[in-house]
Amino acid sequence: MKKVLQGNEAIARGAWEAGVTVAAAYPGTPSSEILAEIAKYPEIDAEWSPNEKVAVEVAAGAAFAGTRAMACMKHVGMNVASDAFMTLSYAGVKGGLVVVVADDPFAHSSQNEQDSRNWARFAKVPMLEPGDAQECKDFTKVAFDISEQFDTPVLVKGTTRISHADSLVEEGERKASSMPLGLDRSEIPKHVMVPVNVRVARRVVEKRMRDLEAYADTFPANRMEINDPAVGVIAAGAAYMYAKEVFPQYSYLKLGMVWPLPKKLIADFFKKVKKVIVVEELDPFFETEIKALGYKIFHGKDLIPNIYELSPEIVERSLLGAKYKAPKIRADVDDIPKRPANMCPGCSHRALFYTLKKLGLYVFGDIGCYSLAAAPPLQAMHMNLCMGAGIGLAYGAGKALGAEAVGKVCAVIGDSTFLHAGIPPLMDTVYNKGYATTIILDNRITGMTGLQEHPGTGFTIKGEPANMIDYGQLVKALGVKHVSTVDPYNLKETFETVKTETERDEASVIITENGPCMLHRREKRRFPHPYYSIEVEKCTGCKTCLQLGCPAISWVGGEGVTKKGKKRKGIVSINRLQCPGCGVCAQVCKFESIVPGKA
Amino acid sequence: MNNKVTNILLSGVGGQGAILASNILAHVFVQAGYDVKKSEVHGMAQRGGDVTTHFRYGAQVYSPLIKFREVDFLLAFELLEALRYINYCKDKAAIVINDQKILPPAVTLGFAEYPTDIPATFKKHFKDRVHVVKGQEIALGLGNAQAANVVLVGAFSKLIPEIGDQMWLNALTDLLPKKIRDLNVKAFQKGREAL
Repeated sequence: MKKVLQGNEAIARGAWEAGVTVAAAYPGTPSSEILAEIAKYPEIDAEWSPNEKVAVEVAAGAAFAGTRAMACMKHVGMNVASDAFMTLSYAGVKGGLVVVVADDPFAHSSQNEQDSRNWARFAKVPMLEPGDAQECKDFTKVAFDISEQFDTPVLVKGTTRISHADSLVEEGERKASSMPLGLDRSEIPKHVMVPVNVRVARRVVEKRMRDLEAYADTFPANRMEINDPAVGVIAAGAAYMYAKEVFPQYSYLKLGMVWPLPKKLIADFFKKVKKVIVVEELDPFFETEIKALGYKIFHGKDLIPNIYELSPEIVERSLLGAKYKAPKIRADVDDIPKRPANMCPGCSHRALFYTLKKLGLYVFGDIGCYSLAAAPPLQAMHMNLCMGAGIGLAYGAGKALGAEAVGKVCAVIGDSTFLHAGIPPLMDTVYNKGYATTIILDNRITGMTGLQEHPGTGFTIKGEPANMIDYGQLVKALGVKHVSTVDPYNLKETFETVKTETERDEASVIITENGPCMLHRREKRRFPHPYYSIEVEKCTGCKTCLQLGCPAISWVGGEGVTKKGKKRKGIVSINRLQCPGCGVCAQVCKFESIVPGKA
Repeated sequence: MNNKVTNILLSGVGGQGAILASNILAHVFVQAGYDVKKSEVHGMAQRGGDVTTHFRYGAQVYSPLIKFREVDFLLAFELLEALRYINYCKDKAAIVINDQKILPPAVTLGFAEYPTDIPATFKKHFKDRVHVVKGQEIALGLGNAQAANVVLVGAFSKLIPEIGDQMWLNALTDLLPKKIRDLNVKAFQKGREAL
């Protein structure tokens, strides 16, 4: 019986069927569901690791000890994991080791749109790229066999449209790996990557890649579909699906293994079809390689964009060129109001960023829901780069600006992001005498990616109680002398504390307390009032509360006068169904027109 | 079963239950023996953004995304989110729209106007194939505004005569926890009656 599974669920299923016993990940869209699903299998020891590098190291340790292990991450997670990964390629594995990396073309939920196929070439490891949920399961499973057969970590690549698409999957049984468990002391030359051993490993890696090239020619998921021989398309993953959708009449070379490329199969394809078109998302990866083999490509990135994600109509429009007939537009919808993501009503981040804006600080931010503070009306985050970067950036800016900037800059970072990559830059700030203030927004969970546990929450992925990081103690141990806490919902107190700390010419840390994510049921904050409402007679229509950007507060136009006779152009209204009663808007109202509602 | 692939675009705002609706569709069309694919962008959607799900069924479905202008059925949970996809629909498309407005930030902040008379814009192009359903009102009548999504699914089900009632009810039974099953069965039936 086939079941409808999401691509990520299918990857989890494939890992389970392959006999995986250890899996580790740091959450990141569009990869997060893989570990959440794996954690449901009792046979697998699953964990949220503090970051992707740790996840790869945990999985590698498990694989060295003989089991099948997996690490999962989004595309940018691979940047963090790469230090471990690049050398792991030399060290090889024992039990099968698969690293899943999920790309996000168009950066739906990311800070860039890098093409992960480049890692396969860079690290000299094979990469498989599924095109639907069935392939997600099958490819994950076979990746473990390839890993053990060729003694190499194997990459499996997802993309948003594969990882987050559901389709039918034929499920199979779990088969435990036949590899014996245990560590082998005699493997020092293979596993200790000092120069003398590295030079030997380099030859092994090159030989392995040649063997894998030969294997790629026989790999069943690299398949030719010969239809009309006039045009042949080389494609993989979602790009194959789009091309097949709009040009079903063409012939295809569908690549299931995207690195190394099957040279003989490619040669054969060029013999069988007249003209070859390469359809691929993001970089001209296949195109560059195939051209380097000496073939002439009829079309590729000359027509197909190398930015953003593809779609059936982009593939069609690009390849048809002038022959493409655009459908007539019925209504111009480009200018209708957009619906950008926003912080939830009652979110503690909104209150904190409102305060930072009041203080006029230049805010070095980080990756998380709080990145939304850069959007209007708050516009209170001025820079962010990658996980953990805000602290180093703030410290570095302080170095350049000197005493000038004391009291003018701060770094802001979420709890999960701080544990991921924020500790070393904070250490540096203290060690090298920086003065930036770091504000840790502790909302008790990894919020943006859908509420995953981390070492600061006190629970594991399986919901078991675990050690809980004490941020105060941690940063004191790093040498931070000035550590304070604030209740972000108390605007006045937060304003004073942030002002005092940022004006110091020494590093300091402020930790937000009692501001759990509004979607986090376990740690819900209880507000004294169920909601707030507007006293219409008092509202002057000054729009100050609208500056919070709270989805529950809206503007209602219409001229009128207040009770005191002041003219106004409209009033605000609070949606009782959306308002959780955080009371922040009542604190910013100068006319006392926002009052607690009754239950 | 014919070979044609049918495309259903579900659009709405995070939290309106479009995902459950698309899960019901998947359950139903798999029971009916079709290949199905559905695709949605997660991530920031639960923070008030717009949400779309591309749902496709047929003998064999390739692309997880529906091609521009190839939507056979638009199932919109919110008026503005219906309008946003008007150009995606085929000329012969049928449209089911929930008669509900959720104001986007530019409107609540007073910078933009919410477009007026969206159903009329649709009727101009799609005539009597436009069905406006008072999903929220009907769901509130049953005691829970959250069931509006299933009201819409009920209304939509009338447009697919080849699928019998029972398959839809099976989907509700299999996908919903017992606690809210009866409510949703009622919501589904009310939705069916609404069309």
